[in-house]
Amino acid sequence: MKRFLSLTAIVLVLMIAVIGCQQAPKELKVAVLAPLSGPVPTFGVSTRDGALLAIDEWNAKGGVLGMKITTIVEDSQCTPDPAVNAANKVINQDKVHYIIGEVCSKASIPVSEIANAAKVIQMSPTSTNTTVTLDKNGGTKAYIFRACFIDPFQGLVGATFAFNNLKAKKAFVMSDQSNDYVKGLAEAFEASFTKLGGTIVGKENYTGTDTDFSAILAKVKNAKPDLVYLPDYYNVVNLATKQAKEKGIVAPFMGGDGWDSADLDTKASDGGYYTNHYSADDQRAEVQSFLAAYGAKYKDASGKAVVPDALAALAYDATNLLLTAVKNAGADNTDKVKAALEGIAFNAVSGKITYDAQHNPVKGAVILHVKGGKVVFDSFVSP
Amino acid sequence: MPDKSNLPAAAVTAPRKNRYPLAWVGNGFLIILAVLAAYILVSNLFRNPIVFLQNILDGLKLGFVYALIALGYTMVYGIVKLINFAHGDIFMVGAFTSFFAVSQFNLHKWPQMLMPGFPAGLSIIIGSLTVILLSMLVCTLLGVTIERVAYKPLRDAPRIAALITAIGVSFFLEFFGALQFVFSPRFIPYKSPFDTTAWYIQSGIHPIVSGQASPDNTISFSNIFLIILVASVLVQIFLQFLVRRTKIGIAMRATSFDKPTARLMGINVDRVISFTFAIGSGFAGLGGVLYAIAYASIWTQLGILPGLKAFVAAVLGGIGSLPGAFVGALIMGQAESLTMSYISTPMRDAVAFTILIVVLLVKPTGIFGEPAGEKA
Repeated sequence: MKRFLSLTAIVLVLMIAVIGCQQAPKELKVAVLAPLSGPVPTFGVSTRDGALLAIDEWNAKGGVLGMKITTIVEDSQCTPDPAVNAANKVINQDKVHYIIGEVCSKASIPVSEIANAAKVIQMSPTSTNTTVTLDKNGGTKAYIFRACFIDPFQGLVGATFAFNNLKAKKAFVMSDQSNDYVKGLAEAFEASFTKLGGTIVGKENYTGTDTDFSAILAKVKNAKPDLVYLPDYYNVVNLATKQAKEKGIVAPFMGGDGWDSADLDTKASDGGYYTNHYSADDQRAEVQSFLAAYGAKYKDASGKAVVPDALAALAYDATNLLLTAVKNAGADNTDKVKAALEGIAFNAVSGKITYDAQHNPVKGAVILHVKGGKVVFDSFVSP
Repeated sequence: MPDKSNLPAAAVTAPRKNRYPLAWVGNGFLIILAVLAAYILVSNLFRNPIVFLQNILDGLKLGFVYALIALGYTMVYGIVKLINFAHGDIFMVGAFTSFFAVSQFNLHKWPQMLMPGFPAGLSIIIGSLTVILLSMLVCTLLGVTIERVAYKPLRDAPRIAALITAIGVSFFLEFFGALQFVFSPRFIPYKSPFDTTAWYIQSGIHPIVSGQASPDNTISFSNIFLIILVASVLVQIFLQFLVRRTKIGIAMRATSFDKPTARLMGINVDRVISFTFAIGSGFAGLGGVLYAIAYASIWTQLGILPGLKAFVAAVLGGIGSLPGAFVGALIMGQAESLTMSYISTPMRDAVAFTILIVVLLVKPTGIFGEPAGEKA
């Protein structure tokens, strides 16, 4: 009797499990890994909001391939360990096949190893370091893509602008050796600037949590450069440029897309330039309709529409690229989606995007100028 | 046997007879380090004295801020023999309090807001002082609360329990503060109650105008540097007066010398301890506000490194000794500034903590510390 009862119980449980699996609703799960806390939370919030806007728009039009899109947002803190934990969770527990993230190269790189091994497509909206999509032997990681240009291109654009437009012949480079993003940009700038004919009059390192730059800035003052290249995140830029002003350094500072934040101290960084992925002043139709949709969905504390920054735009582009590729592939199969992405030609907010053999997009960059307490659009540079 | 349990942990130098084998390796290494440091300093002094002087000034800026924190460490250790690791985080809370006062309530301009005809300059001065006093008050209350809640129940427990609790309070303050509804985990650009202006010295003192380069080979300093200098020196003078000339000061010294006997003599030991924590925390708050004005980016883990360096400063000067904390902090500030300039910026933290190791190896009681005397 007991044996019969336990046998029935086991059979019943198995039946429920099988039936339960067959009746699971069809939905497409997308994970968003963004740094909602840590050194650059404005980046994380923008990324999440841009991605969610795109997903809401697709869901309003019926989802993709008849499937509703569900989003799982995880806080990866722009740091390798939390990002790896988040990636493992969404891949193993939530069983997602698509990850939008991370923002910071140093977090995206370890996540890409995990995603590639698990055949999960990762589309990083903003990680610009080359090794995100390249493996140790220089080959391309099959399932990893990005929506933004890479550091060598950004460094080249910065160096070209500095040499040709700003007529800078001598540059001083400040770099955070513990941050892959900053290191990569600094090296790219150096290589391009010297190739154009400029000289690097000084190179100094610091660590990301430093607050006192007086020693480095004393060396900058001594070297008398025409330009100081500081391709770090906005929190470091705020500190360094303020101290530079206090020391009487007038050489303009230049940086990369890490400067792009509402928290950038425009008074301290006045006179500075930075390369970026998009500008809200760009009059193209894709940009303006994105601005309108973003402002309609997200309002700030006083009820005004929020103007999206480059990270929101790139996250929006990344999500749209991914979902368009899924639609083109016709199935929730990462091999087919991967092939669809490699062949895609897409008019994104940040420019027309096609992919090269290293899964990096071929697209242009904008130069932004900090002037009179505001950030203004300077010029657009095509590859 | 002299009671050695009051000395900081780690090595106590072995008496000459019982040197362990290969002791000469360690000592030789220390001597090489000392010679190298001296060589770097002297050669750079002669190569460019103006830059050397500028580094000394920058080192003073850091040193005086560390002095404000270190005196809290040293006073608390003197009285309850506890290294209050949460002290650096009280420093952080001071910075955040002043930030909220300035950005949310515009407290730095309150005379002008209440009485529109008030002169702007005077209004900013009074307003800034109010902001600083408010931050000091908040930190004082926080310090006393922490003492009552976390340390008092453990006064008779083994000292390691109180030490671990202090570390726990430190983490609590940092990560509770990092919650979104408290301070948020962001690096917040600090809004200063008054603007920093800078001057350079070249046959007279001239202001540095934004947009114009200051000439080469000049020394520059800012108004916040002067304020830090004046504030720190005033605090030290005030504390010396307090500890030597007032009744509560004598009570503090008595309690730190021999707590049970002080209690027998009628001193309210609990009140003395709370007062010590209050004073130490208040001045840490002052340090926090001044540091935030000087380095205008705050986050909840702001207090970790300055707190640790101030702790090293207190040990260097002799933990338990007030002038020792001051001198130790100045040395730490100089070491950091000179390392940043002449070795490399990332090495400055390494050098700061190497100083700790060297102090503990060579003279664990510090510069001004006395070896613990015998208790009858």
